[in-house]
Amino acid sequence: MAGYTKMIIAVILMAVVTYIPRALPIVVFRRKLKSRFWHSFLYYVPYAVLGAMIFPGIVYSTGNAYSAMAGMAVALVLAFLNKGLMKVALGAILTVYAVHLLFL
Amino acid sequence: MHGNILIRKILNHKENIKENISKINKHNRDFIYGLKKGIPIALGYLPVSFTFGLIAVKGGMPAWIAILMSLTNLTSAGQFAGADLIMANASLLEISVTTFVINIRYMLMSLSLSQDIDENMPVSKRSIMAFGITDEIFSVASMEERDITFSYMMGLISCPYWAWALGTALGALTCSVLPASLQDSMGIALYAMFIALVVPEARKSRAVLAVSVIAIVINSLLTWLPMMNVISEGWAIIISTIAACTLGSILFPREVN
Repeated sequence: MAGYTKMIIAVILMAVVTYIPRALPIVVFRRKLKSRFWHSFLYYVPYAVLGAMIFPGIVYSTGNAYSAMAGMAVALVLAFLNKGLMKVALGAILTVYAVHLLFL
Repeated sequence: MHGNILIRKILNHKENIKENISKINKHNRDFIYGLKKGIPIALGYLPVSFTFGLIAVKGGMPAWIAILMSLTNLTSAGQFAGADLIMANASLLEISVTTFVINIRYMLMSLSLSQDIDENMPVSKRSIMAFGITDEIFSVASMEERDITFSYMMGLISCPYWAWALGTALGALTCSVLPASLQDSMGIALYAMFIALVVPEARKSRAVLAVSVIAIVINSLLTWLPMMNVISEGWAIIISTIAACTLGSILFPREVN
């Protein structure tokens, strides 16, 4: 466990290294890309990032792979039905909780 | 003669005022529209930031430092990893490098967003809205059909920003009141939110579905293949994203509008 001063310095450093990648491209890059390839590439970024962020990270998110899979299944169904961020999140949490209570 | 000039001046002035009012109205409309789109993100952030506050304080971090981190960092994966390292008494260099690697993916989002905004937007506005680029805020903004204005982004960022801090504070102060199994269950909230963002779009477009699935497959290989052990989570996400977007652009090129 670190002291308060070190913690605050760590928080500031983290804030800086989080901000730089966010700001650098949008501040520096002012041109509209004409190429079809780059246009498509940047269009697909959110879907690729989200996909990679979801899996396999979700498997380890609850401390138990089975409850995580159950939560993921419910989230997929709710999202498929266009239920919105909050309902999908709550549905997944409650499913994982139920699995923990009933089976583990 | 003089009267004519005076009348013309007054009329001109009136036109200017009208123009300014319509500009202000447009700003307000964009801001309020953004605010509305930000509310679901904010609600989704509550359980995630709540979990963060909980874990941080349980690990020995004072509540106010956890809240300070949420106010200045506004990021999920980076904060969880950073707090972990702080509590393990890791070196400042290790903390910075790890958080940086996890956050390099924001460069792709920032670059993508640079294509959706007015070319003439000043640096000041660009640097302010850059602070609000998170996985969710970026996703919602880039799925927008209309142009992305500064007012819209400010509206979109507002609710999630304060919800992120509020959730952290609530989690930090609740600490051990919640049973451990419920705390574990909340770990899935962040991933469920990602699912809620990507699935409705994947339903509409086979290209989007393909790109997401390719990214998932590559990231799983990078995570689970034994010889890929050297690649950190942050790099694995960046490599998967670049590979999936490259394949997607070759297989399903889009029209430049």
